[in-house]
Amino acid sequence: GLFVWHLKNTGVRQIPCQFVHLCHVANDRLITFQYFNFLKRMYVTQCNKDLSQRAKPKSDSVASPFRDLQQQDQEKKIIHKIRPISPIYQPLSETSSRNELREMKSAAGTEDSVTAVRAESKEDRQWKEMKLQLDDLPGILARLSKIKLTALVVSTTSAGFAMAPVPFDLTCFLLASLGTGLASCAANSINQFFEVPFDSNMNRTKNRPLVRGQISPLLAVCFAASCGVPGLALLTLGVNPLTGALGAFNIFLYTCCYTPMKRMSIANTWVGAVVGAIPPVMGWTAATGSLDAGALLLGGILYSWQFPHFNALSWGLREDYSRGGYCMMSVTHPGLCRRVALRHCLALIGLSTLAPVLDITTWTFPIISLPINLYISYLGFRFYRDADRSSSRKLFFCSLWHLPMLLLVMFSCKKSFLEKEDKGDLLGGNRGRAMEIRLP
Amino acid sequence: PPAHSRSDWIGPPDKHSNLRPVVFYVPPEESPLERQLREARQEAQACDQRFWARHNRAFHQEKEEFIYSRLKAKGLEMRDETGKKATLNAEEMADFYKDFLSKNFRKHMQYNRDWYKRNFTITFLMGQVALARALRWLRWKKKNVGN
Repeated sequence: GLFVWHLKNTGVRQIPCQFVHLCHVANDRLITFQYFNFLKRMYVTQCNKDLSQRAKPKSDSVASPFRDLQQQDQEKKIIHKIRPISPIYQPLSETSSRNELREMKSAAGTEDSVTAVRAESKEDRQWKEMKLQLDDLPGILARLSKIKLTALVVSTTSAGFAMAPVPFDLTCFLLASLGTGLASCAANSINQFFEVPFDSNMNRTKNRPLVRGQISPLLAVCFAASCGVPGLALLTLGVNPLTGALGAFNIFLYTCCYTPMKRMSIANTWVGAVVGAIPPVMGWTAATGSLDAGALLLGGILYSWQFPHFNALSWGLREDYSRGGYCMMSVTHPGLCRRVALRHCLALIGLSTLAPVLDITTWTFPIISLPINLYISYLGFRFYRDADRSSSRKLFFCSLWHLPMLLLVMFSCKKSFLEKEDKGDLLGGNRGRAMEIRLP
Repeated sequence: PPAHSRSDWIGPPDKHSNLRPVVFYVPPEESPLERQLREARQEAQACDQRFWARHNRAFHQEKEEFIYSRLKAKGLEMRDETGKKATLNAEEMADFYKDFLSKNFRKHMQYNRDWYKRNFTITFLMGQVALARALRWLRWKKKNVGN
């Protein structure tokens, strides 16, 4: 768990440098940088604290060990992108934590990370009262609903909305985003509700609220219902029934199909990819009210993206999956795992080329996106050929910035029904806001 | 947990099962429903603890055996010159992980079914208890207001 992610640190130093460079080159790309860093912080362990410090300087003084612990929780949390990766568990038992500490020390010798882990394991070893602390509740619910992952899901939905060839409707956009966000919170909470003993056994997920007893299962279910019902109602009544139906279907697919299937068959990865592909489709249908080819293309892009992303990530987690009883390709069919990842990297190139054919973007899109698509395909090929930890790490971290960049390029190449747009307008600020500027 | 406490306490993760043990508070005026809930939770905790402790122990043991047999086949010792424990790299371990997963598949299926059943039952009982408590509180409130 921690050890694996710490090793990934060494392979990844160049990526944030690229991004910092990009950020300086075009500071109107701030959203991308923040977005990426937002992603980065999700995947970054406390060992990588220095990386995230570039975007957000972390105060050295720790107010209280508990608050420090929470910050580490946020930074240590590794969340799967569009759909949560199957939880891996490896609790921090005394001996294993000591071994991990030793390994981490020898690997990089970052002092603060070591002390951070020690502080956390000390907190962990105490008995806690199982009473709901109201002032902790927002944090607990945020972790329960996997708020960062939800934010990413909402952003893919807004990408879908933005790409739809209709006049921009702000209320619709906000309602769709809010509804999708609530639906995602509900789905994530139910997922955690179903997976408590498995989460306890995997290092990445052992600090979840239900595992730590910070919230009762009953409350988790009530929270899920209180998010899901209004969320779906908002989508069905406030946007359109199609979007609502898609939202409901996605919740069902995620909680009742993907979550149990993780322990039954490797087909769960494909189901999970569909779960990740639906939000942009929902964004599109929210805008247009119908399922066009464009919606399916966007969904297809996200569907294909899931595979290099997840397969590369799962490569380093094979031990945890094996012990936890999760049926993942990386454990049972490693060759297939790499083949599928490569296949879908190449599919991304094809799908990008399809976009102008379907009149969604101009022909500049496949041209501009070709370098990044080729790069991820190259990394996919390296992963396929080498099948080792470093190639899997490279592919995984590439997928993190590849998607936002692809979506951004797609948006900037969008075939608009208005007269030609100034590219500067589009890149300046939020995608939604950009469209707002152009409207009378 | 302190003796005067009126709530459940949850402890650090167990060394073998990685699950956090819960010490349940038994209120003096515990209703039969509440007792049912508490006993269900205790039983579930015991089941889970048994399963995961045994499972994890088996995993580590089989892993050691696998490493030992592979190292022996390669003609190496368990510890190298510096005294550090010799390990196999991830690719060599992959065979073991695949094997272990398929060997324990049926066991996991059974456990999954049991876990889902227990989880739903306990959560439903929690709901009933919460409802009963709320009704009791409302009745008490009405009685007090009436007085």
